Amino acid sequence: MANHSEFPLWEVFIRSHGGLNHKHVGSLHAADAQMALEHARDVYTRRMEGVSIWVVPSTAITASDPADTDPFFEPARDKIYRHPTFYDIPEGLKHM
Amino acid sequence: MSTQVSLEERFQARIDAEQKIEPKDWMPEAYRKTLIRQISQHAHSEVVGMLPEGNWITRAPSLRRKVALLAKIQDEAGHGLYLYSAAETLGISREELYNELLSGKAKYSSIFNYPTLTWADMGAVGWLVDGAAIMNQVALCKCSYGPYARAMVRVCKEESFHQRQGFELLLTLSKGTPEQRAMAQDAINRWWWPSMMMFGPNDSDSPHSAQSMRWKIKRYSNDTLRQKFVDMIAEQIKVLNMTLPDPDLRWNEERGHYDFGAIDWTEFNEVLKGNGPCNRERLAARRKAWEEGAWVREAAMAHAAKRQQSV
Repeated sequence: MANHSEFPLWEVFIRSHGGLNHKHVGSLHAADAQMALEHARDVYTRRMEGVSIWVVPSTAITASDPADTDPFFEPARDKIYRHPTFYDIPEGLKHM
Repeated sequence: MSTQVSLEERFQARIDAEQKIEPKDWMPEAYRKTLIRQISQHAHSEVVGMLPEGNWITRAPSLRRKVALLAKIQDEAGHGLYLYSAAETLGISREELYNELLSGKAKYSSIFNYPTLTWADMGAVGWLVDGAAIMNQVALCKCSYGPYARAMVRVCKEESFHQRQGFELLLTLSKGTPEQRAMAQDAINRWWWPSMMMFGPNDSDSPHSAQSMRWKIKRYSNDTLRQKFVDMIAEQIKVLNMTLPDPDLRWNEERGHYDFGAIDWTEFNEVLKGNGPCNRERLAARRKAWEEGAWVREAAMAHAAKRQQSV
């Protein structure tokens, strides 16, 4: 039961209906991509929850650092002019 | 030391503000350890929980009952997976978790150390055992640790059919022959008290509860959830026209709840210590499955390595 024999970890993303984006639903261990896909189908779509599955080796994901959340997302914080509500328009104006 | 204190204070402030804690966030070691213990026990319970029901697959009385039982057991395998995955985000490997189960070091829910003696047990397990589990799990959907809470949301969604099929099974027996009615009543009698014990010790004897409540891992106390369970089941059993094996069970107008008798914790502690009717059998079955599956795991890894080379 040595550690090197453990199946690698995969992250599972599912498209629930045509037209929607794939969304992360969880993870699983599998020897290779094909097995990961089949296990993801058997575990995460037992009740027709998906029409498409992506599996990605967990090691391939680069994540932002939670300790840096504030400075990392800071550039967008004060840019309220990126939102439509920033702009004043007359009350009667239609279709805008 | 002073920075440690402030980290812990900031952590508690996040919890108090109902923010979810995610895997890479700073957390106190004791929070991590408590979660690993609780989530892995929960995962082991799902996996061992397949065994008492697996006992009846080949003897299900109809195809309809058989597919329902199979679907329920497959769900439980999936729930084990969601939970192991959640535990792994805390920095423990699947292999370590599984070794702890197989070596007997880790605990799982004591309820699965009771045998399933008759077909009616499939109904009582679904209605009472899954009913109690759902009550615990609904509360855990709001747990402060993100991956655990998300796993619980999936589990609760899937599990709602488990309790219904159990009740339906008992309802069918309750309308059957006198022998079938007696079989259903016997199953209820045997599963009632072990189900009540699934909520854990009384609040006054539950040493870790206060800290878990502060960390919002636990949202309701053991006794609060147990009372909720009694109130629910005491009403539902009227539809079955059967009884619960508790002479002290009666509606208390003043409290707005059912009163119930004292729980025999000696039995609970004995089963916990490994002296339940099926403790040894359950672990032996898990070990056998693990050992006999070794060649499949090795072959899959060898196949994957070979394919990688040929690319």
